[in-house]
Amino acid sequence: MIGYLNALIQGLLLGGLYALFAAGLSLIFGVMRMVNIAHGDLIVASAYFAYFVMQMLGIGPFTSLLIVVPVVAAFGYALQRWLLNYTLGAGDLPPLLVTIALSIVLQNVLLIVFTADVHRLQAGSIEIASWAFNSELSVGVLPVLQFVTSVVIIGALQLLFYKSSFGRAFRATSDDQQVAQLMGIETRHIFALAMALSLAVVAVAGVFLAIRTNFNPFTGPLLLIFGFEAIVMGGLGSLWGTLVGGILLGIAQAIGGQIQVGLPFVAGHVAFLAVLYFLPQGLFPKVSQ
Amino acid sequence: MTLLSVNGLTAFYGDFQALYGISLSIEAGQIVAIIGANGAGKSTLLNSIAGLIPNRNDMIQFDGEPVGALRAPQLVMRGVALVPEGRRLFPSLTVRENLLIGGQLGRRGPWSLHRVFELFPMLHERADSPSHALSGGQQQMVAIGRALMSNPRLLLCDELSLGLAPIVVKEIYAQLPTILGEGTAVVIVEQNVMQAVAASSHLYCLQEGHISLEGASKQLDQNAIKAAYFGV
Repeated sequence: MIGYLNALIQGLLLGGLYALFAAGLSLIFGVMRMVNIAHGDLIVASAYFAYFVMQMLGIGPFTSLLIVVPVVAAFGYALQRWLLNYTLGAGDLPPLLVTIALSIVLQNVLLIVFTADVHRLQAGSIEIASWAFNSELSVGVLPVLQFVTSVVIIGALQLLFYKSSFGRAFRATSDDQQVAQLMGIETRHIFALAMALSLAVVAVAGVFLAIRTNFNPFTGPLLLIFGFEAIVMGGLGSLWGTLVGGILLGIAQAIGGQIQVGLPFVAGHVAFLAVLYFLPQGLFPKVSQ
Repeated sequence: MTLLSVNGLTAFYGDFQALYGISLSIEAGQIVAIIGANGAGKSTLLNSIAGLIPNRNDMIQFDGEPVGALRAPQLVMRGVALVPEGRRLFPSLTVRENLLIGGQLGRRGPWSLHRVFELFPMLHERADSPSHALSGGQQQMVAIGRALMSNPRLLLCDELSLGLAPIVVKEIYAQLPTILGEGTAVVIVEQNVMQAVAASSHLYCLQEGHISLEGASKQLDQNAIKAAYFGV
């Protein structure tokens, strides 16, 4: 029984990361109605970039965030402004096709540069530090740190969206692009900023994930699916809902893994399908207007 | 002083030509009405002026400079604001946020949140309501206020009276002189001909992408307007 309690806690803490993947994905979809198929590969690329920075400068993964986050955000801005913006406005298909292609290109570039070997980011002693409640139940410092970071980032995004003029411009653009332009909003710039913000968020999540688990150039699509599942379970349009969706996915995976070692992903997908079947709007549907 | 001049403006939607060489000019401080039946090209004309539809640069001049090729955000910066047809408020923003976003460029001028609330006191009471919770007339006031917040020198209003009760239309039109008092030129596009004639000093009638009649609003003959409107 204690094993399941342990799994529940681990899943909850892991779920924060999935929520961050999902938040980045839904930010892009919300502002410009674009589904970014390369999202998972961009997460993995961020992890590889962190690996590269750590090797070059001899610093730890947390310090590397100081370089990784701004560089990845700048890359996101450029990617949107000078590539993906040109795919918008002609239906759903062009952005899908271009981001699928981007996904393939990223995977193969990573394969050439870093080979197919699995990598992991070494964080040192914090990886094994934990708080023990008793001889059977303990909680790792790293998972707690990552969960707290996730909640703080989601809270910050929430504030940004609903309390700042920047967020107002995001929401207005999401509502009506044409009228947003009449307000003097350069939507192409807003789109690029949204992508920059999305990738900044997933860069943090990517680095945390890469400390926890091994990754290779082909890990991306799986992360993309986790992101999608968290969004759908939480309900489109609510950041806190996305957090809950991510946590549910994390818990389902951890419980599945407790039942049988090979089950975590299957259990996650089953939980996702169950929510989709019984609550197709997700747990926190966007209030209809 | 001529604030806006449109010179031989054409507009196309694919192979369909919506405007055939429209020319008109608007003086600072003037209210100009553009009337016409459905599909005459009125909204296309306004959207072209506001920069939502790209044009050849010399086809539109604002304040003596060619601006036809500029995009909407650049035109707002120069002082052209559009109240779009059907109001089109941002549904996920409150009334206050809708107004604030209109003023986010920070163009200097007489209009502020405070002044808009003075103009339409009802909006002050509903400031924190979601914009979609308001009545049609109140939404139209928000749409006008939102455009005014950018302190425009030229205010383009597309179908202000569409779908509104006559008494509300009257209330909104009663505020036009106040807006004009701040030195703004106003273009109103209307299907309601009587309203347009009463509110404007100069009137253009569009018919199938051509100007079929123009003149000082009060001097135009009813039958001439009818003929120009319906093309009979």
